[in-house]
Amino acid sequence: MNSIILLIILTIYLAILFYIAHWAEKNGNSKWTNNPYVYTLSLAVYCTAWTYYGSIGVAADSGLTYLPVYLGPIIIAPSWILILKKIIRISRVNKISSIADFISLRYGNSRFLGAIVTVICLTGIIPYISLQLKAIAETFHIVTKTSMTSLIFDDTTTYVAIALALFASYYGTRYVDASEKRKGIVTAVAMESVLKLVFFVLIGVYVTFFVFDGFDDIYQKASVLENFKEKNTIGGLPQAINWFLLCILSMFAIFLLPRQFQVSVIENNREKHINTAVWLFPLYLLLFNIFVYPIAWGGNILFDGQEINSDAYSLLIPQLFNNKILTVLVFLGGFSAAISMIVVSSIGLSTMVTNNILIPYNLLGKLKSADTISSKSILNSRKIGIFLLIILSYFIYRYFGLDYNLVSIGMIAFVVISQLAPAFFGALFWRRGSRLGAIYSILMGFIVCLFTLLIPYSVGITNSESTFVSNGYFNIELLKPFQLFGLDYLDPIPHALFWSLLFNSVIYFSVSVSFKGNYRERNYAEMFVDINKYITNHENAFIWKGTAYRNDIEKVLTRFLGEERTKRAMNIFNVKYNVDKDIELADARLIKFSENLLTGHIGTASARILISSVVKEEKITLPEVLKILEESKENIIINKKLTETSNELKVITAKLQEANTSLMVKDQQKDEFLDTVTHELRTPITAIRAASEILHDDDEIPEELKKQFLQNIISESDRLNRLIDKILDLEKFETGKQTIHPTPHNLVETIEKSIEPLQQLIKNKNITIHIESKSKVNAFYDEDRIVQVVTNLLSNAIKFCPETDGLITIQIKEKNNFIHTFVQDNGKGIHSEDFEVIFDKFYQSTNQNIKKPVGSGLGLAICKQIMEYHKGKIWAEPSVKGACIVFTLPKNKNTESS
Amino acid sequence: MKKILIVDDEPNIVMSLEYTFKKNNFEVFIARDGQEALDIVKSNFPDVIILDVMMPMVDGYATLEQIRKDTNLAHTKVIFLSAKNKASDIEKGMTLGADAYLTKPFSIKKVVDQVLELLN
Repeated sequence: MNSIILLIILTIYLAILFYIAHWAEKNGNSKWTNNPYVYTLSLAVYCTAWTYYGSIGVAADSGLTYLPVYLGPIIIAPSWILILKKIIRISRVNKISSIADFISLRYGNSRFLGAIVTVICLTGIIPYISLQLKAIAETFHIVTKTSMTSLIFDDTTTYVAIALALFASYYGTRYVDASEKRKGIVTAVAMESVLKLVFFVLIGVYVTFFVFDGFDDIYQKASVLENFKEKNTIGGLPQAINWFLLCILSMFAIFLLPRQFQVSVIENNREKHINTAVWLFPLYLLLFNIFVYPIAWGGNILFDGQEINSDAYSLLIPQLFNNKILTVLVFLGGFSAAISMIVVSSIGLSTMVTNNILIPYNLLGKLKSADTISSKSILNSRKIGIFLLIILSYFIYRYFGLDYNLVSIGMIAFVVISQLAPAFFGALFWRRGSRLGAIYSILMGFIVCLFTLLIPYSVGITNSESTFVSNGYFNIELLKPFQLFGLDYLDPIPHALFWSLLFNSVIYFSVSVSFKGNYRERNYAEMFVDINKYITNHENAFIWKGTAYRNDIEKVLTRFLGEERTKRAMNIFNVKYNVDKDIELADARLIKFSENLLTGHIGTASARILISSVVKEEKITLPEVLKILEESKENIIINKKLTETSNELKVITAKLQEANTSLMVKDQQKDEFLDTVTHELRTPITAIRAASEILHDDDEIPEELKKQFLQNIISESDRLNRLIDKILDLEKFETGKQTIHPTPHNLVETIEKSIEPLQQLIKNKNITIHIESKSKVNAFYDEDRIVQVVTNLLSNAIKFCPETDGLITIQIKEKNNFIHTFVQDNGKGIHSEDFEVIFDKFYQSTNQNIKKPVGSGLGLAICKQIMEYHKGKIWAEPSVKGACIVFTLPKNKNTESS
Repeated sequence: MKKILIVDDEPNIVMSLEYTFKKNNFEVFIARDGQEALDIVKSNFPDVIILDVMMPMVDGYATLEQIRKDTNLAHTKVIFLSAKNKASDIEKGMTLGADAYLTKPFSIKKVVDQVLELLN
């Protein structure tokens, strides 16, 4: 293909990407840019040109070894819900903008540590970026069938590098606050992740199903090739250990690579996006890996015996069949993979370089002395940083051969970055981890890396004559770089990882345990490890003693944030902690708050130095810090307990209120009860008194009338007595003093027994009484009591029956384990709103001065008590004509209440 | 002959009152609740009404309210005779326009004296 055409295609492609970035930057909050899928796809920046071309190369040359790089992240992804969430929270509250910031803040704002981490990252990543450029260049030449040129200006990659450098430095530094989100870049990267996957799957399908006849076909043909079996079996324990170590390596990489930290932590908008990433990201990796194998072995079959770089199979195969479109698409996929890595990595690195090396070590002096600094100078330094990093990588690519295949350089970067692992994960989970431990462990790990990996490989790059690889350093057998201390069954990469991490972690733990960190480290250790406790008020967890004036601090802030933002920030602070704005002295919370504000701009270490320069801090001893932390912990616990207690109190108060209301109701009921009782008692007394008075005073009273008055006195006395009996009865039931003695009885007989004494009344009123029932219905009850109930119900029914054609119907029905007895009359009935209250003692209709026409008003209340004692019920039922009262009795002894 | 209306739902109490007032030369009317009382006063214009408070259907207070609305009964004296003896009950009765409030149990003599006093 003509290189001009390809160049035009490339330009259009880049223009589209830049446009997407531009659009996303403007629409940062739209659902198209701010969703879990964009987040997850941006994580796929993990898949670089190395994945795109390199894994095919590895699969073709050495079989399954390409897999661990993806297995590691897939295995560890579920843990993101805990670990990544924690990292994101810590970074968010502390305004952390890079992994160097993260580590240096945890170990007490250590400037030196931040610088070391930055150097480690640079060492690992710059060659890696170069490699991406190299991949672009090589594949460009493969597609255009041209050869590499020695002239810079003829090299397309030059222009690509410049374009990328401009793009990254423009969109990567839109905000001075490096912890701000870069929506444009992230969306572009997510877009590229889609494209690279689609194009890769496309070529995979093409090779598998169009060039060959499916997976089986490839397998059949490949299995006759040389070394097929050796390459595709895991050969014994040493190989398994190699695999295991490579998996560990890639697990670390997914957390620690600056570009991964950038997209997964710094650019994370919502914690809950992780929930999607946890399943979608592994799925993405799996999809990517399905076709690696068919393409690799398809290539091996097609190019068997030819000297060809297997990394390029995905381009060479469509080219072999003259499929230009597919070739270009594959090229664009690889190009996408490369540039997203370059852009994201360079942004991350540049932030680190400016915030952790340039500003704290050089610019800071100038920043402190300068009267006015525009935040532009910081931005510019970052822009230049990004630009220079890419250009530097470009020159490394141009002037060092980088003869290793894509995978090895990538792997070396992984191993170098892994040296941060003990300090990084220690920061998350171990309070004792100290600054010295972190510094020495990273340095030691790096030195081991240097000897086991970097020196031998760079010697390889420069092609200088050397025998130390085979003979060991200083000709000492035990110091062979690839077989250190005689460990001879590991491949160079796992070998280097094993030894470097071993030394690294041992030093981290032993130094941390032996030398306690200072109070600042211990303070941050607490804040990192227990982030969930401090998430909402982490400024409170910061311990600081000394004198500081708000004025001084505000001045520093104003220089970096500008007047308006400083004012706004101060307002937020005042409101959040309820601080009077006229107060002169600053407290620990304001110090931490201000450090946070600056951190995004200039990194943690510099923020600390700047703030320290205007405040007078007193040293606090470690025991003091521990004590304060302990206290604050206790406070938090006490707070929690207080909240719990106050919640409990609320519940109890509510209950009390409820009880109080019901008591008040009961009290009122009691008053009404007493009122009614006295009224009921006074009525017969009144009648007795009046009659007696007449008999006493009046001698002329006719004999007949005299007898009548005396009869009245007798009946009213009886009434009085009955009333007292009932009140006492009810009192016994209500206080539980009453006992009943249930035994099996025939209910029909009992009812007949109850009707007997009422016969006279029934006859007088000409009432028909009707029992609908079997002749024998067995139930379990205290007969005397049930007679009392039935008598009461019947007396009421008799009273309510009309003067003519009175009819009382008694129905007995069995339902489940209960006998239901219905007593129905044809009187005026009961209002449905009174269905429940008629069973209250001395029920009065809604108007308390209206008397109900039934005797004492205690009858139904007593009936209710009796029924409850029998585990039965009594209630009024709606009825077409007259009143209908139903009561239930258990059939036998063990029936439970229904 | 003065007319008296006795309103009470307790027949035995009514009987004593009826006997006594008849003996004292009153024309006696009897009602068992407020509704009956209101029916009677429409045509009979009693000089005195003895009124119970707690009765079925229409209570004593409501009955008095109705009576006081009727200008034909402007000169009718009303005496409450009730077992409700709390100050608030008496107060209520008096504000509604009763001429006296006697509590149960009562001395018949006192009731008669009270009636005669009101009529003079």
